[in-house]
Amino acid sequence: MTTTTTNLSRRKFIVGSAAAGGGLALGIPFPFGVGEAAAQGTPGVEINAWVVVRPDDTCVVRIARSEMGQGTLTGLAQLVAEELECDWKKIATEHVFPGQNLAHKRVWGEMATGGSRGIRTSQDYVRRGGAAARIMLVQAAADQWKVPAAELTVSDGVITHTTSGRKITYGKVAEAAAKLTPPDPKSIQLKDPKNWKVAGKPMKRLDTADKLNGSKMYAIDVKLPGMLLAAVKRCPVHGGKLTSYDEAKVSSMPGVKRVVKVHDDAVAVVADTWWRAKTALDALPIAWDEGAGGSQSSATIAERLKEGLTAGDVFADTNIGDAPKAIAGAAKKIEAVYSTPFLAHATMEPMNCTALVNEGKVEVWTATQSAEGSLAAACEEAGVPLANGEVHKLDLGGGFGRRGGTQDYTRQAVAIAKQFPGTPVKLIWSREEDQAHDFYRPISQCKMSAGLDQNGKLVGLHIRVSGQSINAQLNPGAIKEGKDSRQLQGLWKEPGDAQFGYSVPNLQIEYAMRNTHVRVGPWRGVNTNQNGVYLECFMEEAARAAGADSLEFRRSMMQGYPKHLAVLNAVAEKAGWGKPLPAGVHRGIAQFMGYGSYSAAVAEVSVSKEGKVKVHRMVLGVNCGHVVNPDQVAAQVEGSAAYGLSAVFYGEMSVERGRMVELNFHNYQILRLAEMPKVETVLVPTYDFWGGVGEPTICVVAPSVMNAIYAATGKPVRSLPLKNVKLV
Amino acid sequence: MAKLNINGATRDVQVEDSTPLLWVIREQVGLIGTKYGCGVAQCGACSVHLNGEVVRSCSILVSSIKPTDKIVTIEGLSRDSSHPVQKAWAALDVPQCGYCQSGQIMAATALLAKKPQPTDADIDAAMTNICRCGTYQRIRAAVHMAADMSKKA
Repeated sequence: MTTTTTNLSRRKFIVGSAAAGGGLALGIPFPFGVGEAAAQGTPGVEINAWVVVRPDDTCVVRIARSEMGQGTLTGLAQLVAEELECDWKKIATEHVFPGQNLAHKRVWGEMATGGSRGIRTSQDYVRRGGAAARIMLVQAAADQWKVPAAELTVSDGVITHTTSGRKITYGKVAEAAAKLTPPDPKSIQLKDPKNWKVAGKPMKRLDTADKLNGSKMYAIDVKLPGMLLAAVKRCPVHGGKLTSYDEAKVSSMPGVKRVVKVHDDAVAVVADTWWRAKTALDALPIAWDEGAGGSQSSATIAERLKEGLTAGDVFADTNIGDAPKAIAGAAKKIEAVYSTPFLAHATMEPMNCTALVNEGKVEVWTATQSAEGSLAAACEEAGVPLANGEVHKLDLGGGFGRRGGTQDYTRQAVAIAKQFPGTPVKLIWSREEDQAHDFYRPISQCKMSAGLDQNGKLVGLHIRVSGQSINAQLNPGAIKEGKDSRQLQGLWKEPGDAQFGYSVPNLQIEYAMRNTHVRVGPWRGVNTNQNGVYLECFMEEAARAAGADSLEFRRSMMQGYPKHLAVLNAVAEKAGWGKPLPAGVHRGIAQFMGYGSYSAAVAEVSVSKEGKVKVHRMVLGVNCGHVVNPDQVAAQVEGSAAYGLSAVFYGEMSVERGRMVELNFHNYQILRLAEMPKVETVLVPTYDFWGGVGEPTICVVAPSVMNAIYAATGKPVRSLPLKNVKLV
Repeated sequence: MAKLNINGATRDVQVEDSTPLLWVIREQVGLIGTKYGCGVAQCGACSVHLNGEVVRSCSILVSSIKPTDKIVTIEGLSRDSSHPVQKAWAALDVPQCGYCQSGQIMAATALLAKKPQPTDADIDAAMTNICRCGTYQRIRAAVHMAADMSKKA
C-alpha cells in the first residue's frame, strides 16, 4: 500500500532532485518497484481496506476513484469520515493502485471514474467501510476497559466512557482494533443523512494546498532517474498508417537518442528532453498512407448524417401511439433540423504517460479515469500478465471523459518504452497531437417534428437523431440487434438515469447510426448534450408556435414527472421567471435528465446589434438526490456552465482532407473569464436516491442560452457553435 | 548556454538558443509548477513573471533573456503560500484539477501589483488564461478577496 507519507517523500525526492541536479540519478533505489510499495509501509495501522489510523490519530482514507478536479476525493473522504466519527481536521487520503486492487481480490471495488459515478456507486460500501472501522475501534476500547461497547460514545476520534469519565483516542486503540473480526457490513446501520455532521457540509477540499504553490505533481511532471522523453506523431487521418520516415535527417540533432515506430500508425522521437524530442519530430520527414478517411470532410460527413434523418434503417426506441399520423392530422405542424459538431475534450494537461518495461514487468505513471483499464492496456502492450504490472495513479489535469477506457496514450508509451528496456520513457503529446487524436464528442443532426391541436397542446412529437455512435467504436457489445440506445441518452422512457420528462400522447424517438472515420467517445455529459439541445430548443419552438409561455408549456406536460418538474420550478422561481428584466436582456429555459440527476436552467442573455451574444446570468438547478458537499456541487455546476458555454460559442472540430482542423486554442477557442456569466446554483436534493454531479447540468446550459437568444432575436438557433451562426 | 536569474538564484543552463523559456524552466531547472498547455501563448498555463510583468514562457526564447532579467515562477511567489492571492485561492477553494492554477495565480499577482484594487473590467482584461474546469467565477471572487486582504493588511 502506498501512503501519503510515502508519496510525499517520493515527491520531495523527485521534485527536489530535479531542482538540485537537473534530474540526475542520485543513486537512490528505484522508487515504486512492483510489490515494493507495500513493503515501504507506514507508521499507521490498517483497520480495514478503507481506513488506516496513525498513532497521532490521523485517519487515512483510501481512495480508489480518480480525482480530476471534480472533488470526488474530498467527497468520498467525507462519507467515510462521517461513519468513522473521526476528527475531520486529522483526515488524510491515499490512492489505491489497480495492481494492489487486483492483488487484494478487488477489495476496493470499481476504480473507473466516469459517468458521474465516483460517489453515487461507491457511497454505500465506503460508508460501510468507515462504519466498520468505527465499530472495531470502539470495541477495542471496550475490551481494554472491560465495559460493554454499548456504553461508549465516540466523536471526533475520541472514545468516551461517560459513566467512568474515561477517554481514549483512535490512535491508541488502532493496534488492538485491527486484530478484531470485522463486523458483517450488511449488519451495519448507516446514519440518516439528516444527522450528518461532515458529509453534506461545505468542507474545504483536501487537495488544494499543493495546487497553489506549484508543488503538485501531475503525470506530466513525473521525473525518474535516467528517464528519456518522447514526442509522438500519429497519422493525421484517423485510420491511416505510417508508411516511412527518414531517421537520418534528425539523428544528429541535439539530444536525440532514436526514432521509433509506434504501432503501425505513429512514429516517436526519443531524446534527453521533450523539447529536443519535439524539435526533432517536427523536422522528421514522414510519409503516411492516409487510407479511406483521407477523402472525407465536414461536408461529406454532414451529407451522410442528413441522409440518416429520413432513412429507413432506424430503430424506434420509444413508440407511443402514432406520432407521424398525429402530426399529419394536427391543426398546426412544426419541423426543424438541428446539428451539433464533433468536440474535443481539450484537457489542460495534454495526454502523457511514463512507462518502464523491464524483465517481464511493466509500470506506468499516468493520469487515468480508468486505472484498471490502464493496467490492462499496459500489460497487454508489454505482453506481461496483469500481476506483473502496476499503474501509479496521479491526479488528472482534466479528464472530462478523455482519459477513460481507451488508454491510447498509455499503449503508445508502453510501445515506446518496450524498445528501451530498463529505461523509463515519458511520452508527452503536443497540444496539436492532443487535438488531432481525441475521441471526440460524436457529431449528430436531429429532425424534430411536432403537431399542435387548436388549443396549442402538443399532440404528436417525432424525434429522429442521425449521427455517430460511441458504442460502435468503443463498446460494440452494447449494440443489440443493431439497436444503440446510448445515442438517445436523456430521451429514454425508463426512469432513474436519463429519462425523457414529458407526457406526449403520440411520441416516436429514433436513431439512425451514421459513423465516420473520426474516433468518438464520451465527452463530459456525453449524449445528453446534443439531445438536450434538440429536445429543449424544439420545445421552445413548439411553445412559441402554441403561443404559450415557455415555462407553462413545459409544465403542462410534466405532471407525470414530478422530479423533473420540481427542478424546473426551482430555477424558474430563483431566476424570477416572468418578472421584468433590464432592457435588452432576455430569458431562456431548459430542463433535462442525465446521470441519475435532474437538471434545469434559466439563462439571461443579450444580443447586440452586431449579433454579439452576452450571457449575463445563469441559474442552474440540480436534484442529485444526496448532496455530499454543497460547495463542491456548486463548483461542478459552475464548471459545467463554463464547459457548456465553450461548446455554445466556439466548440467545433471540423474535418478537411480527412484531418482534424482545429489543432490549438487559437482556433479551438475556450471560454475565458471575461465571458463567464454569474452562475447561481440551486440545490434541491430529495435524499431518496443517489445521482451524479460532474456531468448532469451541462446539458441544460446550451439550450437555455439558445432559447434566450431566440427570445432576443425572434429567430431560433438550430446549429452550434454560435461562431458559425449569423444571428442578426 | 544561458545564465538565468530564477526566483532569486542564478543558474547556468545548457540549451539551444531556440528553446522556449518554459522548457528550460521545466526540463533544465526542474521547476514543475509552470505548465505546458498549448505552446502558442494562448492558454497561459506557462505564465511567469519577467521583471514583474506576467509573460507566457512557452513563447519566449531563452536567448532573449538577459542574465539581469528577473524571472519568478509560482515556486518563487512566496515561501509558504502566504501571498494574499494564494490565501484567497485557498479560502474560496478555487482550483478544481489545478493544472492551470499556477498560471492563473501568476496572472492575478501581476494584476494586483499594478492595480491593487482592480475592477471587474480590470480582471476581465488581465485574466485571460484558460481554465477548462471553469473556475472563472471563483477566480474573479478570489482576486477581489486578495485585493481586500492587501488593503486591510
